[in-house]
This record gives sequence, C-alpha cells and structure tokens, in this order.
Amino acid sequence: MLHGYLPAILGGLWVTLSVAALSLAAASAFGLLGAVAKLSGSRLARGAAEVYTTLIRSLPDLVLMLAIFYGGQILLNRLTDAQGWDYIDVPPYAAGVLTIGFIFGAYLTETFRGAILAIPRGQIEAAQAYGLNRGQVLRRIVLPQMVRHAIPGFANNWLVMVKATALVSIIGLDDMVHRANLAAAATREPFTFFVAVAAIYLAITTLSILALARLEKRFSLGVKAVRF
Amino acid sequence: MIDWQVVVGSLPEFARGLRVCLLLLVISVATGFVLSVPLAVARVSRRRWLAWPVWGFTYVIRGTPLLVQLFIVYYGLAQFPALRESFLWPLLREAWFCAWLVFSLNTTAYTTEIFAGALRATPSGEMDAARAYGLAGHRLYTRILLPGALRRALPQYSNEVVGMMHATAIASTVTLVDVTRVARDVYANHLLPAEAFGTAAVIYAVLTAVMVGGFKLLERRYLRHLRTDRSAPAPASLPAVPHPAA
Repeated sequence: MLHGYLPAILGGLWVTLSVAALSLAAASAFGLLGAVAKLSGSRLARGAAEVYTTLIRSLPDLVLMLAIFYGGQILLNRLTDAQGWDYIDVPPYAAGVLTIGFIFGAYLTETFRGAILAIPRGQIEAAQAYGLNRGQVLRRIVLPQMVRHAIPGFANNWLVMVKATALVSIIGLDDMVHRANLAAAATREPFTFFVAVAAIYLAITTLSILALARLEKRFSLGVKAVRF
Repeated sequence: MIDWQVVVGSLPEFARGLRVCLLLLVISVATGFVLSVPLAVARVSRRRWLAWPVWGFTYVIRGTPLLVQLFIVYYGLAQFPALRESFLWPLLREAWFCAWLVFSLNTTAYTTEIFAGALRATPSGEMDAARAYGLAGHRLYTRILLPGALRRALPQYSNEVVGMMHATAIASTVTLVDVTRVARDVYANHLLPAEAFGTAAVIYAVLTAVMVGGFKLLERRYLRHLRTDRSAPAPASLPAVPHPAA
C-alpha cells in the first residue's frame, strides 16, 4: 500500500502523536500556571499572565514557531560563543513542543481560569475553615473539581492542537506531513500521500472526540444530569 | 540590540506582504460568508439529505489541518494528467487560486457551524411570532431567522475572521509572499531573527488589535439590545443603584 511508504508514514504518525502529547503536557503546565497567576492576588502575576495570553492570541502559530526556533538558535549561539562551548543545534523537536505548548498554554489559561471560577466559592471557604493551607486547597479541592468544568474547553484545544502539529514539518521535524512530502517527491504522487495524511488526521480527530466524550462522562459521575 | 536599518530597509517588503495577507483574507472570508449562510440553513434543516452532506463537509474540513488541505490542492492535483490538460489547469497551478480556494472552503466549514449554532439558538417564540404573521420559507429566513442568528454569531464569527487572518501565514508555504514569507526572507538574508520575526509579530499584533476593535464596534451596533451597561438613568426619586461591573 502507498508504494511501500506506509510504514514510513506511520513512523511519522508516531512523531506527530508524541509531539502532540508532549505539547499537551507542556500546554497544561503553562495553562495551569497562567490560570493561577490570573486569579492570584498579586498584580504583577496578573499583569504577566494578561500579557502572555494577549500576545499569544495576537500572533499566528507559524510566526511564533519560526521566531522561537530561529531566535532560540541565535540566543544559543551567543551563549555558546560567550562560554567558549561547542556549537549546539536547537533540536526542532524541542522547539516544536515548546512552541505549541506555549501557544496552547495561553488558550488553556482561559479554559482553566473559567473552570476554577466555576467551582462554588463556598467549597474553598469550607476548605480554608478546615485549616487547609493554600497549596492543599488547590491540590485537594480546586484541581480535582476543575477537571470536569475544563474538559469541554480542553477537548476543543486538543483537537485544534493536533492539527497545529502539522506546522512542525516546516521547521524540519520528521513528522507525518514531512514524510508525506518526501514520499510525494519520490513517487510523484503528492495527492495520494497528502490525502492519506489527511485521512489519518481525521481518524485521530474522530477517535479523540469519542474518547473525550467518555472522559467527560467519567468525570461527571457524581453530578446529576438534567433529563429532558 | 535591534538593527533598525534592517527593519526600516525591509519595511517596503513588509508592506507588500501585508497587502498579500489582507487580500487573501478578504477574498477568502467574503467567499466563506456567501457560502456559509445557505450551508448553515441546510445544516439545521430537518431534511437529512440536505443536512448530512453539509455535516460531512464541515467534519472533514474541520478534522484536517489547513496546511495539509493546501498541499493536497496546490501540490496534489498535479498528479492527475487529466486535470493538467484541462482548461482549469491555468488556474489550478496558480498559488493564489489554490490558496483562495482552500482558505475559502476552510473558513466556510467553520463559519457554517458558527451560523448553524446561532440559528439553532433562535428563541422558539420568535419563530412562533413570525409564523403567526404568515411568514414562511424564504422570507422567514431573510426577515427573521438570519438577521437574528447573524447578530448572535458575531462574537464567534469575529474569532473566526481573526483566526483566518493568522492562518494566512500558512500561505507562505506555497510561494505567496505574505508577511510571514517576507520575515523568513529577511531572516535568511541577515540572520537577524528579532528584526525579521519581531517586525512580522508587530504587524500581526497591530492587525489583530485593529480587527478586534472593529468587531467590538460592530457588536456594539448590532448587539445593542443585549447591552446591560447603557441602561437608562434611574429616575431621580429612586436611589441610584451602582452597576455590578463598576
């Protein structure tokens, strides 16, 4: 199938999925940090988080990715020159994961912020009344309940993010799209390979939607649903 | 430090890139709007043969990356000799035409879902009132359902248009010299990422701010009936109630 390039494309799928999964982890970390900063009492933290989310939402993903990839390389070169170290390449894999994580962290900041605000204020007050400190309130009361409210926004961001991983092929990552490019050039059948890649993306989207629906059910177990 | 000479020297190129970006945005979004209004009506229709193909179209487009869609059309179609010999080929081999086609279809899919969602959110009383006045079919849609739905859709639609503006950066991968392509060229010539991508970032950020501001004005005009902060001043006999947002 696919002139023997199927294993190569599937190898690229692995890269795509691992970039997506690691980016999701990074984005969740940035998002949690951003949400906590936006809700914190410190004006500095709120301001920094505001700048972060506004800036990211003002720029195309591709421009940010190129800026971080090439800009990071120059910064790294200056550092290695100053320290007299050997030349180090910015690994495109890390640049891709960090950029996508950083971008979607801004979107998840808003998701998580909304989810935290959806938790009844009385629960946090009750926890404080029981003598839990701020870290404990966050870990034991806020985060577990926030997950349920965050799932729809989280699901949406995941679906957008999986598609955004296609951009890493532009900074030279050996993902599915990049492999399809190579196979298309070798066989002169670009349509076949790009449609195959599109079909795989569609399959990922479909499976994700099904899985996220189950996840939402799981986290809403204790909640009585309205029956119409 | 920033090499301002490089920045200033590349500004004419960036201006041309900005024109490409805006032109692609305008023609794609205009096409998308024209297509998605009827498609949204079909999408919410009770006739399955009308609704399901539209659902299939939006599902496939929304489930695949724009970059891959662009590659399928721009690089992929050359695979078919029949197409290469057809009268369409002078168009299909043009990067501009392919970008317009793909960006239009892409935004059509998202916009159709936005408009369909807004149509579904029509209060049933509005429908009852319209029917009571004897409106049906075409006039029901153009006089009652669509004006209401398009207003309701405005906040989400503005997100989609700004998102499309950012998405035009992807056209730089198929030889269109937009702002992103200019930034990559400036970077390649001078190896100065802050100057190259920083200038592009400023252009995109300003453009975003202007568009968001413009849509805010539109929302203020078309969603005036939903505003809460312009309520009439309280009569003098009653104590003024502080606004919750204040």
